[in-house]
Amino acid sequence: MEQMTASKPSEEAAPVAAAPTTVRLEPTSGFSRVLSPRELWRYRDLALQIVVRDITLRYRQTALGAAWAILQPVAFMIIFSVFFGRVAGVSSGDVPYALFSLAALVPWAFFSSALLLGSESLVMYKDLVSKIYFPRIFMPMGVIGAGFVDLGISIAILLVVVLVYGIVPSAAILFLPFLIILAAAALLGATALLSAINVRYRDVRYVVPFAVQMWLFITPVVYSASSISQPWQTLSAINPMAGVVEGFRWAVLDTGSPPWALIGMSTLGATLLLLIGLAYFDRVERSFADII
Amino acid sequence: MSDVAIELHELGKRFRLGLSHQGYGTLRDSLVNGVKAVPKKLIGRGPEVEYDYLDALRDVSFEVHRGEAIGLIGHNGAGKSTLLKVLSRIIEPSSGWADVTGRVGSLLEVGTGFHPELTGRENVFLNGAILGMRRAEIRARFDEIAEFADVDRFLDTPVKRYSSGMSVRLAFAVAAHLEPEILLVDEVLAVGDASFQRKSLAKMAEVAKAGSTVIFVSHNLATIQALCRRGILLERGAVLADAPVDEAVSQYLRGLERAASDDLLVRKDRHGWKESLVRKLAVYDVASGEADVVVGGRKAKIVIDCTEVLPMMDVRLTVVNSLGHPVATLDSELSSLSDVRDPELGPRIECEIDSLPLIPGRYRIDVVLRGRQELQDNLQAAAYFDVEPGVLDGRPMPAMGADGDVVLAHSWRLPPA
Repeated sequence: MEQMTASKPSEEAAPVAAAPTTVRLEPTSGFSRVLSPRELWRYRDLALQIVVRDITLRYRQTALGAAWAILQPVAFMIIFSVFFGRVAGVSSGDVPYALFSLAALVPWAFFSSALLLGSESLVMYKDLVSKIYFPRIFMPMGVIGAGFVDLGISIAILLVVVLVYGIVPSAAILFLPFLIILAAAALLGATALLSAINVRYRDVRYVVPFAVQMWLFITPVVYSASSISQPWQTLSAINPMAGVVEGFRWAVLDTGSPPWALIGMSTLGATLLLLIGLAYFDRVERSFADII
Repeated sequence: MSDVAIELHELGKRFRLGLSHQGYGTLRDSLVNGVKAVPKKLIGRGPEVEYDYLDALRDVSFEVHRGEAIGLIGHNGAGKSTLLKVLSRIIEPSSGWADVTGRVGSLLEVGTGFHPELTGRENVFLNGAILGMRRAEIRARFDEIAEFADVDRFLDTPVKRYSSGMSVRLAFAVAAHLEPEILLVDEVLAVGDASFQRKSLAKMAEVAKAGSTVIFVSHNLATIQALCRRGILLERGAVLADAPVDEAVSQYLRGLERAASDDLLVRKDRHGWKESLVRKLAVYDVASGEADVVVGGRKAKIVIDCTEVLPMMDVRLTVVNSLGHPVATLDSELSSLSDVRDPELGPRIECEIDSLPLIPGRYRIDVVLRGRQELQDNLQAAAYFDVEPGVLDGRPMPAMGADGDVVLAHSWRLPPA
């Protein structure tokens, strides 16, 4: 039926009614929509359009455009290099502190900006939510999807900087896509949770910027995870970004043995966050239009 | 295959007021209420956590056949929009169920989803996708949409630079080309200029003729009567009448008339800030002193009694004929030098019409009261009055039932008799 409506409607093609599906609208409880792949697939074009919208909007009427993708991590890299690298003398192992922090800041910038935008995504488009039906999960997903563009640009710059420093990444770099998926899964869980809570409690708006700052410090961005003693080092990687950040360093900077324990723990953390986030979103999605 | 497109079975929707009453709560409110509820939960005693409920829909049951066009009528707050929102899956019912067969297109408010920074073209694709169209479908119909909206030259201009008419036209064009099997429409025709409204009406009639099912909500009863054969009258969330459209409309109008009783304060179907309410609205024939019967062409006086005097009080009256067509608007905000602000007047507003230019018939007045720069009160059918045949400018008026609503002072030049 999807194909039929897509083709030029002719008189013969009129029996669109071949098999119109009946949808029963009734009070529901428990889980319903988000985890219904059929529903998401039916609206797949909308998911694409929302990502396109978010990308277009991000760079329209900005003077620097895509340069913003790299400006934030580079600015932080410079500040961190001066204050943590030089002044505080934080150890960065064998690699220069600038590289050490940039490799972590690239995934971190992706994570933090998508977290901020994603948690506002439903509230920002509340007209849409209160007037039109579509799978609401596309709103936070769109933000994350658009973030991939920035991430791609900043990874490219990161690789250039790494090569300039004379480091040739090993085959470990092939592991990057997995790390990105890990970060995206954690993000989807976190933004699903926060955007859904935001619908009911606008407190989220004040909590998230603050939480992002806190999160930066519990994630080994300015310092190395190896400076934490065991077993806390591994346990702290339940924070998904810990494994992502250390994984990025290993994959890009070729820093010896892979941090399997951290990545494993973070995979567990990201999976938990994703499940909790989607489960909560799914439970409350049906009431969004009532209270937003 | 069954030919029922929509079947509703004892559908109900209950909103919880209280927290959601103020839009949204804060975590603190919720915690406070949560804590209050704890002793109650534990030992069955303690302060009651009270919520107000609003039953926006109660036990609504009806069937809509494929290809049928139905008009939903009722007061503000009767549940019309809630019903459309349930049918378009935006909100979930609280009880009962509805079976909806076929692709639903909703025009609940055209142009939501339009983003001002995006160009017309980008918005067409985004909006089409939001309404459930496939990308290929939008591409196939893109030219048609642009032509219908008549904005071809501005397709690559951001919508924020469009006039409001242009963006509404574009939005409607997208929605109109959705080719849904079921079309839900709410008040869209209130926008756009007259020629676009005609075009939209024609498009909707075409959609209905092509076999789509249409559910149509509008305050414009004439449009509903033109488009639909069956009318469903809702009152306080329940179906009051389900009948041929003319019957449903006249039942609605009779209900309005009954509601225009002497003391308007008992009316609940009003909205606004409510610091001051319209208590009574009456139309007087100044010459006879009689209320609610005015001879056409004579001086008439409309008196609006309110409960409070507020700063910056203004009133807008809409005179509506017996078919539900608005005939004239009288708005005190559009001031003239002959207007008087009288500190001695008290909570009362008066409007004088030198010679009432209405043809004989029955009219009603809808009132909007403003004060303190807020909408204070909005009441439909605050009063009814009859116009008796009279003389305007020395010329007898056409009789009741003549075409048109108004009489114009005029003169002729004719060949000799």
